[in-house]
Amino acid sequence: MLRILVAIFLLASPALAQTAQPQGPTAGPITSPATGPATAPTTAPAAGKAGAGAGTDHTPARETVVAGLSQNRISITANFDGTGILIFGAVKRTSPPPTGPLDVIIAVSGPERAVTVRKKERIAGIWVNRDSRKVSSAPTFYAIASTGPLSRILSKSEDMRYKITIPRMVEEAAAADGLSNLDEFATAVIRIRKDNGLYVQRDKAVKLSDETLFDTQIALPAALVEGDYKARIFLLREGKVLDAYTRTIAVRKVGMERWIYNLAHERPLIYGLLSLAIAIFAGWLASTVFRLLRIS
Amino acid sequence: MQSYLPIAEVSVSIFLLLGLGTTVGILSGMFGVGGGFILTPLLFMIGIPPGVAVGTQGNLIVASSFSGMLAHLRRKTVDFRMGLVLLAGGLVGSAVGVRLFHLLTALGQVDLVIKLAYVLLLGIIGALMLVEALVALKRRKDKNYKPAKRKHHSWVHGWPIKMRFRTSKLYISAIPPFGIGIMVGILSAIMGVGGGFLMLPAMIYILGMPTKVVVGTSLFQITFMSAFTTVLQAVENQTVDLVLAFILLIGGVIGAQIGTRIGEKIKADTLRILLAAMVLGIAIKLAFGLVLMPSELFSIAF
Repeated sequence: MLRILVAIFLLASPALAQTAQPQGPTAGPITSPATGPATAPTTAPAAGKAGAGAGTDHTPARETVVAGLSQNRISITANFDGTGILIFGAVKRTSPPPTGPLDVIIAVSGPERAVTVRKKERIAGIWVNRDSRKVSSAPTFYAIASTGPLSRILSKSEDMRYKITIPRMVEEAAAADGLSNLDEFATAVIRIRKDNGLYVQRDKAVKLSDETLFDTQIALPAALVEGDYKARIFLLREGKVLDAYTRTIAVRKVGMERWIYNLAHERPLIYGLLSLAIAIFAGWLASTVFRLLRIS
Repeated sequence: MQSYLPIAEVSVSIFLLLGLGTTVGILSGMFGVGGGFILTPLLFMIGIPPGVAVGTQGNLIVASSFSGMLAHLRRKTVDFRMGLVLLAGGLVGSAVGVRLFHLLTALGQVDLVIKLAYVLLLGIIGALMLVEALVALKRRKDKNYKPAKRKHHSWVHGWPIKMRFRTSKLYISAIPPFGIGIMVGILSAIMGVGGGFLMLPAMIYILGMPTKVVVGTSLFQITFMSAFTTVLQAVENQTVDLVLAFILLIGGVIGAQIGTRIGEKIKADTLRILLAAMVLGIAIKLAFGLVLMPSELFSIAF
């Protein structure tokens, strides 16, 4: 369905055929939502919102993103050890580029989950969890790569609007729970997840050539949470977002991992009995094998 | 080579897990203990979520205690009646413990309670074992020493509901063994241990059972109680990780056999002092962790 819509749109748009488009192995290039309403169904809701936002401030020379991912489906198998995705694309223009530097920010975020943050305090000589706050949704993973330092290429107001930087992303969730901006609990989430390699920020990790082609590699760690990951690509000039584009990456357990996980959650009694059977068999086997070894 | 654990949702090196399993297997083979009290804190350290570490541990204990129980069944050193009374208590305790674990996780105090329980129990038992082993060593050198007669009636024996335990040659109240069972059941569910290190001294010193049947009977109780705990953890908390259990099991089985051979070569007294030192060492390490200021005061949980 999605591919057909894309194909129809690509055929209908002669302007697109002229632009340089790198071809992805699995995901073909898809035009950004801001180019027209025809593509609206192909993008995630957030992209629609972002595209509409970019569409309101018309600059004389419209620049939009065309992008693809090296994989839009990640399978967690028994020996899964993390993976990398290549995100690449091009800038589409209808007129020559304006002067001034062009910047690209690429952000990949994992599914959001509620977290409980606890703070330890010393009570009677030992450190005990005392205060706790619930942050109702924080991304389980967030990687952000850009062509330059975020503080320089992204204005504060645009960050507020699109929730791009890591503090913004978590702040948003924290504010919804009545926590203040610089709340120590909200910053603790960021600090701990950064230490664990779950929140990553890499300035100058996006390569941009001739103000047209860009690409970056995002590493996904081994401890991935299942769910739909969102890859957002922002095109900026002078701190302002010109265009935004979103793709979804489905991260799923497969094979034996899937089977065990489903069994444990859907038929826990059978799963428990199966674990027991394996344990008892292993115990019996060990006892028998080594008894025979001792006799001989 | 990494392995993604489907329930723990973390990726861990297979060789690290095999190494852990083998090391703990060697120790348990050498000293004749289950090894749960060593493995559970180690699993915490490599990043397995506490719930999954404790839940999966129960499954491992089933394997090791079942294999041990088979050997004792062949030697007929299991007091089934006593085992059943202990087991009845154990099942009650285990059901309470699994619920308690759930509640403590929600309160965010499960880590603290587990660590405090470890520090207290390991500290007391380690110290007692060390003192006893040292006294025994001293006695061996004193040639005039005659062992004191074992008292056949301690104060708990006179309680109501008396039962006859033929294999143990005892006619005592069923309440003390039932109570010991409850205690061990709670501990096994919260701490992820079989509870042998607590049950063995209780059986000898409180119940006055003959040493010959103590180990077999406790293994009988631990096998069935851990089996019950595993199923309960799987149903209530979904915290049994089959892949984790399987890899640790392979290492543990091999390690236990190596450990048994090493154990045969070392003098019993030396072995007991070593075990006591190890138990005390773990207790002290955990105690420091509770007292010293942690580098990160905050923690996050789903």
